[in-house]
Amino acid sequence: MKSNTEKKSALKPAKSIKYLFQKPITFRYPFETRDASPRYRGFHLNDWEKCTGCGNCADICPTQAITMVEIKDLPVETGKKAERPQIDYGRCCYCGLCVDICPPGALRLSRDYLHIDHGTESFVYLPKDEKLDKEHFVTKDKYSIFQANLGHRRANYEGFVSELNFVLFEPERTPMNIEPPEVRINSFIEEVKGYTAEKAKEESERCLECKLCEDICPAHMKISDYINYIYEDNLEDSVKDIYIDNPLPGVCGRVCTHKCETVCSLGKRGEPVAIRWLKRYAVDNVDVNHIEDIVQVFASSKKQHHIAIVGSGPSGLSAAYYLSLMGYKITIYEAKPMAGGIMRYGIPKYRLPHEALDKDIRVIQDMGVEIKTNSAVGKDISFEDIRKSSDAVFIGTGFMKGRSTRIPGIDSEGCYQALPLLEKISSGEDFWLGKEIVVIGGGNVAFDIARSLTRIQKKKYGEVKITLTCLEKRDEMLADEEEIIEGQEEGITVKPGRGPKEVLFDNNHKVKGLRTVKCVKIFDEEGKFNPTYDESDVEDYSGEMIVEAIGQAPDYSYLGEEIMKKLEIVRGKIITDEYGRTSIPWLFAGGDIVHGPDVIHAIADGHRAAQAIDTYLVNRK
Amino acid sequence: MITRELELYYGPQHLGMVGNFSITLSVEGDTIVEAKANPGYLHRGFEKLMEYRSWTQNLTLPCRINVVEPDSMEMIYMMGVESLARIEVPERAQYIRTIVLELSRLASHLFGAWAYANMLGFDTVAQWAMAYRDFVLDLFEELTGGRVYHIYMCPGGVRRDLPDGFEEKVMNFIKTLAGHVPDFDAALFENKLFYKRAKGIGQISRQEAIELGATGQVLRATGMAYDIRKVEPYAAYDKVKFEVPTREDGDAYSRLWVIHDEMIQSAHIIMQCIENLPKGKVYERTPNPFKWKIPKGETYVRIESSRGELGAYVVSNGGKNPYRIFFRTPSFTHGIPILEKLLKGANIADVGNIMISLYVVPPEIDR
Repeated sequence: MKSNTEKKSALKPAKSIKYLFQKPITFRYPFETRDASPRYRGFHLNDWEKCTGCGNCADICPTQAITMVEIKDLPVETGKKAERPQIDYGRCCYCGLCVDICPPGALRLSRDYLHIDHGTESFVYLPKDEKLDKEHFVTKDKYSIFQANLGHRRANYEGFVSELNFVLFEPERTPMNIEPPEVRINSFIEEVKGYTAEKAKEESERCLECKLCEDICPAHMKISDYINYIYEDNLEDSVKDIYIDNPLPGVCGRVCTHKCETVCSLGKRGEPVAIRWLKRYAVDNVDVNHIEDIVQVFASSKKQHHIAIVGSGPSGLSAAYYLSLMGYKITIYEAKPMAGGIMRYGIPKYRLPHEALDKDIRVIQDMGVEIKTNSAVGKDISFEDIRKSSDAVFIGTGFMKGRSTRIPGIDSEGCYQALPLLEKISSGEDFWLGKEIVVIGGGNVAFDIARSLTRIQKKKYGEVKITLTCLEKRDEMLADEEEIIEGQEEGITVKPGRGPKEVLFDNNHKVKGLRTVKCVKIFDEEGKFNPTYDESDVEDYSGEMIVEAIGQAPDYSYLGEEIMKKLEIVRGKIITDEYGRTSIPWLFAGGDIVHGPDVIHAIADGHRAAQAIDTYLVNRK
Repeated sequence: MITRELELYYGPQHLGMVGNFSITLSVEGDTIVEAKANPGYLHRGFEKLMEYRSWTQNLTLPCRINVVEPDSMEMIYMMGVESLARIEVPERAQYIRTIVLELSRLASHLFGAWAYANMLGFDTVAQWAMAYRDFVLDLFEELTGGRVYHIYMCPGGVRRDLPDGFEEKVMNFIKTLAGHVPDFDAALFENKLFYKRAKGIGQISRQEAIELGATGQVLRATGMAYDIRKVEPYAAYDKVKFEVPTREDGDAYSRLWVIHDEMIQSAHIIMQCIENLPKGKVYERTPNPFKWKIPKGETYVRIESSRGELGAYVVSNGGKNPYRIFFRTPSFTHGIPILEKLLKGANIADVGNIMISLYVVPPEIDR
């Protein structure tokens, strides 16, 4: 180091004169402006079309600068809340946590940072972006720094945006153990193995508790609460929360149409939380006796009224459960030898094993519900008798009659309906099986029968030869996507967009196949079912067995003509109010015959009808 | 001889005072008999506030404790959380954190140099230092999206990877700064006036420094090569080579020279990190912020900030929020016991000189 005391040249300071001739490193604001960096954390931008109104941004905001405000004229979309985040820039600290928690990636920060205004109220701001707000977001050449304001912003000026690698949530689902196709095709053993405790905890950790799922669920189950209990290893409270809205969780945990997962905000850019499988995990891991103890807390004192329920499907069982909790005496009349309706005789065992169904039914039965099996109303016992012996009647008889395509030759030997076949398979009855089969239909029932038949074919003949054909195009098919994929994995040939024309026969007048033509359009201009075909595009599928699974219809013959006259029935469905009340005061209805085929809707119907029946009986006194 | 003791209030509004801080001096003539530091002008209750926010929400708070060097505060919180929750940080993130911390040390030292030069009346040097700090802030803006409060680190790594061409920009900055070092030396460090004003001012012996809990350049200026980056390496400091600069005299002059040498070491560390930057992930996802609970436990973690040992004592009782977070900040020991000790017997004109040479950042004292 040089000594600091030595004499230096007097001219040395003159060195700095060179800076006089250099370009200044400062800006001459406002004539010169500086663009913020591409990752700058400035004012918010929000894509209102992507935004689900889930409110995670408001929840994470450390300074509580974000409030979710209701937007009145927002177009109503399923699975979205009509709320959008509003930012108070008096509080915002521009940390960007709201960006990193935003599941659809709608909320972003821009590179704008200047806001000049007279009033403090202007700091409260409802962010949008140039997509919906062309007026306030202007192009670079129209932007003037003299108008710098939250109401005068630059278009396409994104700064800190959400990147999927750096988000605060887990976009990927915890993998589920599912049997590979070559194993599962050999038996009817349940193919989805369920989560282990560790995996369930991992999966439940993903839930952001935004409750979009609870809004869409027909039963409005307390999904985020019961998932949170699973995360906390408290299965008891989880099951308790589940039973508040759903007495068939073992069934729903397997075969629910999971509208909750469709709207799950995590599914916008990643995979939705496996809500269905988590419910199944909670219920499967609590002993049946313990569940009975847990649900007893909801029970109230016994009442004298007697209620009859026709049909032991999901709606009937659900109504029975809630009514018996209220203290009523319940009798369910079931035509089949065992309770469960379509859940037992329609859904194949590889999707819903009977043990799971039995567990759910046992809880309901042990509440004191009497289930009279082998009692077909209208045959073994008349509807009039039931009516007389009870104070109110709930009907949930479902869609148990198959619809037919009515194409030439479909009523001949070798042509079957899906539901009776499924029933035979479910109860283990033997039946004739073709070596080549054609299934008509593209819904879940079609896949249920086709996939069931693959298993039997595999066992009987060692190989699978099943063709499934339907009117809908591949992306319009009504069956769940996983059903289609798994069906194809098991060897089913799927031929979408084909309309059945006629059944083909060989020389011995035996069925040998199905002729189809290309389906151009399914619905006409008025939106009615009226398919049009391109007759020149013909394809034949060989099969000595043809199964129709194009939809089901109700059978109301047991009600009797007098009641049928009083009921309002539109396109096979009974018109009721929100609470299942029909036009006859003592008669309530729910399930498929009101809402169409869906387990969770039926359960919700049963719950609401139970409340309505209670109100009816209390007011009648 | 008749003497009269006079009480003199120095700060919080006073030329040469850094703000948010005042000293009550008892003076006899021009000589200080006793000094009482009063740091309570910027109490924001951060430590308490952190108890009411979740582990994730809290990552926006610690940086605000120290405006001058926010990244070391972020780092210490992340280290506390990572140690309690047993989170492994990817190697690339460790290197990036090291780059960020050293850039931040540069910015902080430049800011210190500005304060000191400004206090002495070396306004040109002060502006140079401030301008270079601004270039560091530009780099931070590029990297993190924020100029002053970066909120860049998060438990499990950093919130974004380096943007394209960032390494090059850092290298260019270091080259420019290195090219300017002779100017800084000529105008300030080797300037006779600086020597005359700083030599022997605020002198503290090594023994006293240790006893009063001095760390950082205050301790190193007494000849003790104590640096937590060497003693207890964190981030990627065990993978880079650097020296711990020391001086022997323990006065303001030595402290400034330690800062000067440390900036050169920081530049070396940054260059090594950029050269050896590993590839891979920079962020290990932590659990969902709305559900994240950290197992019961307590930990003390420490790092070498630009002013000395910065520590955090983090306690979790197994909940979603911290049970208690305490920050051990170097400005507390330097700004209260040591400052009070050094002011005793000093001249009134040297108060600012002593205080700024200790590099006291008042917001750190009262969290």
